[in-house]
Amino acid sequence: MPDALPPDPSKTPRQRWMAVLARADAEALQIRLGDAPRYTVLRGPEAGLVMVRGRTGGGGAPFNLGEMTATRCTVRTDAGLVGHAYVAGRNERLAELAALADALLQDPMRQSALLRQVIEPLAELQEARRAEVAAKAAATRVQFFAMRNMRA
Amino acid sequence: MSASVDLPGFADPVAKAQATFRAVLDAMARPGTIHHAGEDLAAPAPLDQATAAVLLALVDHETPLWLDVAAAPARDWLAFHCGAALVAEPNAACFAVALSLPDLTQFPAGSHEAPESSTTLILQVPALASGTRYRLSGPGLREPQVLSVSGLPAWFTTQWQQNRALFPRGVDIILCAGTTLTALPRSISIEEG
Repeated sequence: MPDALPPDPSKTPRQRWMAVLARADAEALQIRLGDAPRYTVLRGPEAGLVMVRGRTGGGGAPFNLGEMTATRCTVRTDAGLVGHAYVAGRNERLAELAALADALLQDPMRQSALLRQVIEPLAELQEARRAEVAAKAAATRVQFFAMRNMRA
Repeated sequence: MSASVDLPGFADPVAKAQATFRAVLDAMARPGTIHHAGEDLAAPAPLDQATAAVLLALVDHETPLWLDVAAAPARDWLAFHCGAALVAEPNAACFAVALSLPDLTQFPAGSHEAPESSTTLILQVPALASGTRYRLSGPGLREPQVLSVSGLPAWFTTQWQQNRALFPRGVDIILCAGTTLTALPRSISIEEG
């Protein structure tokens, strides 16, 4: 479930837009990007496995939760900007579009327009979906008072 | 990530890496024979296509890579496409790239327990069809093989004798020029002429 976690507010603008692009829908991203300039694919899109690590309770020692499929892509626009994308699953089209969008967003001339037309609407959509899932989940919540006291 | 990566790797990574690996394998099995690699690869300066193709096929994050000063401009490309761990000291290298013959004794020659842990030197030379003639003989060659290489210094054969004397330890060399390559495994003896 890619929308489970809200974006970390402490991240840089580029980390934020890369996170939004990675969770976007390929169709929606394609429509919002419109006509893109010419670009070269430097690497990929290629799928591989990424080890997801977690922390055990108490001590916080890391452990390997399991491997997940991820797809990465790197493109270079003819203006020389290099964009990267890593997306969950094997959505190669999304990886390529997200890498292209990352490259275009690094262009100071385009950045504010793209943030307004592409990133903000997608982020709002993702936030709304996250809130909806959270609300549905909250309705099923069971309060274990004894456990809560112990944790507090 | 460096922004100076402006060239892609193999257009068809799996097939091209396998074809290049096969070319290196054949070259090692028949020392001194000429094989081809990297014909449609856009190699980063100053590397030739065969050199770049061999590196894409062989080097990854588990094989520390040493570059000589002349090859250093390609480091960003290699770091990006191979994920190579670049090392500053030749004695930590699994693979080494050089545009002129370095001192072979500075590379690990492996141990008697693990002779495969020696360095493989990928040496880019100006040409593999002209220049000094060398006679190769040894395993893999029924008849002595004649190989012409330009750009090797006069002390190469002397140093190669020292390298061969270490057998089964020793450094292997892959020679690359343009889109051609050949190999000099440690088992081969080399004489000028």
